[in-house]
Amino acid sequence: MTLKPFKSIGIGVAFSPNLKANLFEAARLSIFFSSKLYLIHVGEVSEDKIKALKIILNTFRKDHLNYEVVFKQGDPVEVILSTCESKKIDLLILGAVQRERFLTYYVGSIARKITRRANCSVLLLIKPSIKRVPCKHIVVNGLKDPKTKNTITCAFYVAKMLDAEKVTIVEEINQKAIAVKVDDDKSLRRANIIKERIKLRENSRVKEIVESIPKQYTENLLIKSQPIFGKQGYTIGHYAQVSRADLLVMNAPSKMTFWDRLFPHDIEHILTELPTDVLILQ
Amino acid sequence: MSPKKSTIKSFFKALPKNIFSGFVVSLIALPLGLGLAMASEAPPIAGIISAIIGGVVVAVLGGSHITIAGPGNGLVGVILIAITTLGLESAYVAIICSGFLLILLGFFRMGTLADFFPSSAIQGMLAAIGLIILGKQFHIMLAHRIKREDTLDYLIEIPFSINDALHYENKGLIFAALAGTISLAIMLFYSRLRNKYLQLIPAPMWIVILSICFSYYFEIVLHEHNPVSGEYMITGIPTLQHIISDIPDLNFGNIGTLSFLGSVLALTLIASIESLLSIKAVDKLDPEKRRSNVNRDLKALGLATIGSGFMGGLNVVTVIARSSVNVNNGATNRSSNFFHSVFLILFIVLFSTQLTRIPLPALMAILVYTGYKLASPKVITKIFSIGKEQLVIFFLTLIITLKVGLITGILAGVLTTFIIHVIISKSVGLFFRNVLKPNVLMYKEENTNTYYVSVKHFCSFLNYYRLKKHLDIVPENQDIIVDFSLCEFVDHTVMENMHSFQELFHKRGGHFDVIGLDMHDTDSKHPFALRRLLPVPNLIKNSLTRRQTNMEDLAKNYNLVYNFKKQKHVHFLNDFLFFNTKSISHIYNELSYKDRTISLFDIEFSEGEFIAKEVIHATMLHINLKKSIPEFTLDREGFLEKMYAFAGFKDIPFETHADFSKRFYVLGDNEDAIRRFFQDDLIRFFESNPYYHIESNGNSILVFAKERLASIKEIKALLDFGKRLNEVLLSIAY
Repeated sequence: MTLKPFKSIGIGVAFSPNLKANLFEAARLSIFFSSKLYLIHVGEVSEDKIKALKIILNTFRKDHLNYEVVFKQGDPVEVILSTCESKKIDLLILGAVQRERFLTYYVGSIARKITRRANCSVLLLIKPSIKRVPCKHIVVNGLKDPKTKNTITCAFYVAKMLDAEKVTIVEEINQKAIAVKVDDDKSLRRANIIKERIKLRENSRVKEIVESIPKQYTENLLIKSQPIFGKQGYTIGHYAQVSRADLLVMNAPSKMTFWDRLFPHDIEHILTELPTDVLILQ
Repeated sequence: MSPKKSTIKSFFKALPKNIFSGFVVSLIALPLGLGLAMASEAPPIAGIISAIIGGVVVAVLGGSHITIAGPGNGLVGVILIAITTLGLESAYVAIICSGFLLILLGFFRMGTLADFFPSSAIQGMLAAIGLIILGKQFHIMLAHRIKREDTLDYLIEIPFSINDALHYENKGLIFAALAGTISLAIMLFYSRLRNKYLQLIPAPMWIVILSICFSYYFEIVLHEHNPVSGEYMITGIPTLQHIISDIPDLNFGNIGTLSFLGSVLALTLIASIESLLSIKAVDKLDPEKRRSNVNRDLKALGLATIGSGFMGGLNVVTVIARSSVNVNNGATNRSSNFFHSVFLILFIVLFSTQLTRIPLPALMAILVYTGYKLASPKVITKIFSIGKEQLVIFFLTLIITLKVGLITGILAGVLTTFIIHVIISKSVGLFFRNVLKPNVLMYKEENTNTYYVSVKHFCSFLNYYRLKKHLDIVPENQDIIVDFSLCEFVDHTVMENMHSFQELFHKRGGHFDVIGLDMHDTDSKHPFALRRLLPVPNLIKNSLTRRQTNMEDLAKNYNLVYNFKKQKHVHFLNDFLFFNTKSISHIYNELSYKDRTISLFDIEFSEGEFIAKEVIHATMLHINLKKSIPEFTLDREGFLEKMYAFAGFKDIPFETHADFSKRFYVLGDNEDAIRRFFQDDLIRFFESNPYYHIESNGNSILVFAKERLASIKEIKALLDFGKRLNEVLLSIAY
């Protein structure tokens, strides 16, 4: 068990209209996880800026929010990544951009670069809000992957910390796992038998993982597992949207080559259209 | 008994039925094959060759169950162009090449190819093919052979040909034109005559039989020559020996020319689209509710096409009209396709000289009717009812297909559809950004076992195949919900396909619900939503027909509920054996008891597809029994039933009631239960009452007299009969 609590949380700060909402979300999370908050600003140090941040975060003084402002000049991507390294940040919060006119969100180019290269966990927020929106339903991936066990454990840890009510573990199963191509009634029947078998196997695998998690994290939670046949990395996002999840927890992608960006797969589908808040765990 | 053995046993048990339906199909395939080949300017026998080879190869290797393969009407236009531009010898090579391409399509599992074309564009293309056939053959039907460059010119000259035909002086031409006109009349009015003896032989065969009899009448009785002019008779029907010895020389010289490649592509495209659409339509008619292996069928069709090309035949495709005739005559497996070929061979061996007695105009009348059916005004009104923009797509495809060619036409249709979609949704980005995304999510809900499908972004002909891929792997007896609420745009092609999935699922005992479109309508006045097709509230309340007002009065007097509106919820009728191979459109003019146990209604249903399609209106009575009884069918015994019994349909005899047994026939699977159920009271009731066709589906009864609408008097009699039958049935302790 390698559960790594979020000891330090980082957030990039730009003086935009969204600043207050972003800071509120970050501050709340820091309090929930009792961690230190680093506000990373790309630009020169100035008294005005520090003052402005102080005024906003005044609300959280009574909750003993521990924060530090980091000023650094240079390329935003490099600044944030290097700060993450030097301050040993466990969780980095990034804001998503909303596509005009549509109710879809995507990760902007800077945030996307950071997401791909960051060594810490990343939380992508779609609608930061000043008032707290309770996180009720968490969807987590249950891929057959060495990282999954850690991810699920972490999802339960987050669920506990945020007081969520329900955790759904989605096992995405590639259509190719079914060896039979459906052509007629006979192959359809065979394919369905294979599907049922895979489902049982996946469910028992996930159940094993859940049972290995300390009871204190899993108690009082509604736990559901949902096997889905479909494209990996896409279906879970769609599912999170359809089931109105408040947070989607994913494994970090293992490798990222040029081809992966050209032919979007796994996490890329989710980055182009964020279904909800997404937490990518290292 | 091993399952293998039992399938062999059931195969032999079903064999007589299949031989019978193969025979009936061959009756329609013979004239159609000759006609289609001649319309394509190939030797008439080419059509028969492709039907024979198609029947044998597809029956052995195919993946569908009750389809019939042979020369297709959609291909007439393409083959015609291929033969005129390349010459017959090269056209055969093009046919062989398209056969190879079809096999490749099968191997690459491209059975979804037809889904990539918007349905209005396909309709437009088919209508154009219909007009090509109609325009060209109409003149020959009136014994007025003309040659024009442009297909449109043929259409424009139709009135002139009619005028000329009215002023013929030559007796040979008059008789030829008469033969054509009478044949067309037979095709037009055949479906109106619901006489079961007349209906036993399909209309095209009546034309053949009548014209052969006519020619013999002149020769034997009047000792004269056939009055139809010699140039308008079918020529050159070779005997079987000739066909085998005269295998055509193939000319490979044109391979590589642009027109050759274009022909091959067009042949492959049209052959695959026609076959795939037909297979899909026939699957819906299958009484045993099987699904066809389309890719395997494509491979078989390709192989048959290659063989047919080498033997001097045309492309082999799955044909809808013949297939539906096959279904209606009780075919249960591919052997009927095989026997249709066997009978065709027999016809050629035995009657090849008689076939030359058929006047050409008579055959062409069949084709004119086929062409008319493809481009009938009904098609246009149906498309218009879906939306004006569909009409634009339809006509643009139609005109470009006529003016330029098939491939250009269908491509123009695809492009227009896309542009119209962009204009309507006011966004290009929506399509370009999302076309490559896997936009469909499907999972089985844990507790209810319902399949839930959610579609995002947009769903149109461009990405419909993704949705279809998911829907295809759900067994049709399951429940499925398709949610379009995350979808910003759904086009007509998708909605039409959703509708046909709905029908399929309902027929096979599942449920298929489409949700999430309510918002689209109010939000963006969604033009493609199927709801547009649903009957709008009837505005003609004040203009009820006389029969309807009479029914209204009747309802008042008998204390019934009367509802004249069309009702599309007819699933309670799907279980009845009678509707197994028919598709019900709607019921209307419903008279029902307040507790809805007994209801009487007019019903519109159709039998067969395409040129073999017959729309039938009838009045029926439905009794909802509150208990379960065995399934059976009861009707008056007649000559036809005796013959059906010969072909393998089983009549249950009642030894103790000889009179009843002689006058009625009872069909049903569970013989013991039926014997127990038909007690003396019930038999006496049937013996002492007028004949009705009565069917039970286990918990309700369907009663009707004839396959036509009933008069008010007949309605009263039917209601009374139903009421008393209900009492008798309820009194039986079973």
